[in-house]
Amino acid sequence: MKKHLLSIDDVTADDIAEIFATAAEMHDVQRRDVKKLPALRGRTVINLFFEDSTRTRSSFEIAGKWLSADTINITGKGSSTSKGESLRDTVLTIGSMGVDALVMRHSASGAALQVSQWVDASVINAGDGTHEHPSQALLDAYTLQRRLGSLEGRHVVMVGDLTHSRVFRSNVLCLTKLGARVTVVAPPTLMPSGVTEWSRAAGFETSYDVDAVLPTADAVMMLRVQKERMSGGFFPSPREYTVGYGLTRDRLALLGPDVPICHPGPMNRGLEIAADAADAAQSVILDQVSAGVAVRMAILYHLLAGEGSAA
Amino acid sequence: MSEQPPSSPTPHPGDQPGDQTDAPSAAPVPGEPEGRIVLDERDIARALTRISHEILERNKGAADLVLLGIPSRGVPLAKRVAERIAAVEGVEVPVGSLDITMYRDDLRKHPARGPQHTEIPSGGIDGRTVVLVDDVLYSGRTVRAALDAMNDIGRPDVVRLAVLVDRGHRDLPIRADHVGKNLPSARTERVAVRLSELDDVEGVWIS
Amino acid sequence: MSATPTKLVVRGASLLGETTGDLLVVDGVITEVGSVDSTGAEVVDADGLVALPGLVDLHTHLREPGREDAETVVTGSRAAAVGGFTAVLAMANTSPVTDTAEAAERVHDLGVAAGLVDVHPVGAVTKGLAGEELAELGLMHRSRARVRVFSDDGKCVADPRVMRRALEYVKAFGGVISQHSQDPSLAGPTSCCHEGELSGRLGLPGWPGVAEEVIVARDVMLARHTGSRVHVAHASTAGTVEVLRWAKSQGIQVTAEVTPHHLLLTTDLLAGYDPTFKVNPPLRPQEDVLALREALADGTIDAVATDHAPHARHDKEHAFVDAAFGMLGLETALSVVAQVMVESGQMSWTDVARVMSTTPAAIAGLERQGRGLEVGSPANIVLVDPSADLTVDRDASVSLSRNNPWHGRTFGAAVRATFLRGRATVLDGALV
Repeated sequence: MKKHLLSIDDVTADDIAEIFATAAEMHDVQRRDVKKLPALRGRTVINLFFEDSTRTRSSFEIAGKWLSADTINITGKGSSTSKGESLRDTVLTIGSMGVDALVMRHSASGAALQVSQWVDASVINAGDGTHEHPSQALLDAYTLQRRLGSLEGRHVVMVGDLTHSRVFRSNVLCLTKLGARVTVVAPPTLMPSGVTEWSRAAGFETSYDVDAVLPTADAVMMLRVQKERMSGGFFPSPREYTVGYGLTRDRLALLGPDVPICHPGPMNRGLEIAADAADAAQSVILDQVSAGVAVRMAILYHLLAGEGSAA
Repeated sequence: MSEQPPSSPTPHPGDQPGDQTDAPSAAPVPGEPEGRIVLDERDIARALTRISHEILERNKGAADLVLLGIPSRGVPLAKRVAERIAAVEGVEVPVGSLDITMYRDDLRKHPARGPQHTEIPSGGIDGRTVVLVDDVLYSGRTVRAALDAMNDIGRPDVVRLAVLVDRGHRDLPIRADHVGKNLPSARTERVAVRLSELDDVEGVWIS
Repeated sequence: MSATPTKLVVRGASLLGETTGDLLVVDGVITEVGSVDSTGAEVVDADGLVALPGLVDLHTHLREPGREDAETVVTGSRAAAVGGFTAVLAMANTSPVTDTAEAAERVHDLGVAAGLVDVHPVGAVTKGLAGEELAELGLMHRSRARVRVFSDDGKCVADPRVMRRALEYVKAFGGVISQHSQDPSLAGPTSCCHEGELSGRLGLPGWPGVAEEVIVARDVMLARHTGSRVHVAHASTAGTVEVLRWAKSQGIQVTAEVTPHHLLLTTDLLAGYDPTFKVNPPLRPQEDVLALREALADGTIDAVATDHAPHARHDKEHAFVDAAFGMLGLETALSVVAQVMVESGQMSWTDVARVMSTTPAAIAGLERQGRGLEVGSPANIVLVDPSADLTVDRDASVSLSRNNPWHGRTFGAAVRATFLRGRATVLDGALV
């Protein structure tokens, strides 16, 4: 496995299978009394988060601690060009303390890649702007695979604000890599620029019509409609979005009862996903959370435990 | 603990010929290993039968016994012992597996390997007599890792060790309670165990 | 060579790449062209070199006052001289902004003191570049700096009414507004990557070509309406070229410039999120690059201007979206244009002289520059070795900054000597 996990492009389908197998074992550790494995004892992992996130950060923190690593949380200052330290100076300060891994979340796309060129530590991208969130995609795929058996040939439908979603970008790469057929659905204003060209090259499909696509879905992934990222003009009103693209009760009925429903969270109940859908028996949203720790343990283990890892 | 022959299809860098430390659990490999056979299928069967009787003798029956095989080949061996105990005592002894990949003391010397499956029987190991089962006892590091692993799972009353082959050259003060065959070997020699559950041949070879 | 030789002979140069001959320079003026008597003159051997008139850059950022850590008028002048320039127009987005006569004179005087190129300050169109009230355009023109070109570059004069007034106002003294065409609602301050497949995939805020085109289209209509002239800075899209062609066919007084980097580099270079390639307007796809080359060759685009934009290292060492916009360009401009346009046969050296010397001087109204290699012209001369095979080393640059997109690339042509009114500023490829 490569030294960094910046993008799903950094892992092969075999790497992913290995991560999933390890994650399955890590899942069992979560149920024990003594939730500890010594594999990363003596390693130091810094969670460097420039953007708020309780969920992902605590997930990585727990994962590191259960592997006996020393994990430390640092809140990076919001990026500001004219005042304060450059990003490089900031990470070099931390990087020169001899840390083994940097789990980084930043509001700028590409920040994790840039940082990986400046530090010796392994860099794990915990979300860079609207670009990627590889550990999320891995835990999503892992959760779906546990439910469906295999993702090969399965039809996974993703609905939401694609333009601003790093979860979408990582997931589409991950799911197609695992052999799934992916259709992404959004209103035209929320489709990323150049998506027609990109989807053709990457092998996924696009649609503006969620009702046409849902009946053939084997799994559904609802993406958060990110109010805070938008400044006007993407859709007229929340209710119009819900009627056009939300997973309402009526749309829930279009899905077979065995079709798992995912959401990376946090959810806007009533906007992109009805409460009934979020709480339905077929929802795997809570499974995603517990999978998150197991998958992140597997990622940390494979990147740091053996020879050829940082430090 | 079986060792990899040089022509293994899934090589781990620690298992090169001449490697003196314990090789990690080997994946199934096709064909007969090199060298001469020291235990054939029937020898293995007899050894396991004897080990099963010894376990019952030492424990004065099957009460509170738990068998934990160390992957890979310790697991089918543990299952075979459990079958024999069931045939003799009429009792189903709990059987499970204990993977020690994450507890190895030489983790940092190789690229990280994925762990194999750990299955602790539903009754757990607290207050039990756990018999660890493995194919080859060599440096003792695997067993030491297994003891560390068990520490995080529970607190057995007693821990014993049953191995199919003891080839000597201990690095740690560890000994087996039940041994199928003592096989004095040079450090340069390779001992290969094959079991029908995982491999297409069965026996123990030394080369 | 003595400081300012009274008599100088440039011997055996290929004049504008056409005929081989000598140039006789007396007291800073070309007095003879052809086969000259070099008695009593200092001789520069130009055998195998192409002689062009000194280059004129319509668009440079010298950063002084305010960001002397990135560049000063002195270091910027050095970079210009090394690149074969004898005059540069220094953009107004300094700190403080060049929006008064005093500020313009300050920059002008710094240029005179540096003494390597003619530094002509560009005046801001609006006070503080805020886009609301006109700056003291007339006073800047009347000052020692004699400002004629005005630009809010860095920012767009977005309010159509302000742009209209500015276009009208400068008619009184033959001024010209150079517009950084970027509609701020279509491409806001975070926009940093050509809007297309790459920006979508990389998650970078898109800068669609149409944000430039709507402003260019608007401004040519305003120029027509006001009977004034407008200049389009750093044209970057095929759509802009279309608008320019139409406007010129209508007799509208519009001129345009293109940067060397927009003639060669494409948006694909952003795939690694390297801020070295972050520039405004952004690098575009190959279709736009080809359209710009064609437009430069056929005159739809009038001039090459570098938009030399030095930045201190730490201003680029940010996440891509946060890093400063801009690339160095003075030292390499001629080499890039030679490779892209001359070596490919799309332009001759004479054409290069037109787009990098004569026309920019005419747009800026410079009397002492861009007069070609004629008898009676000021001796602003650059000697180019067309087969130098120069590999760019960013650390060897005379600019203070290192944000150089050309590092490691090899170019055929390189400047060997530059003369400012007969005085050598660069000889044998190095500053004198």
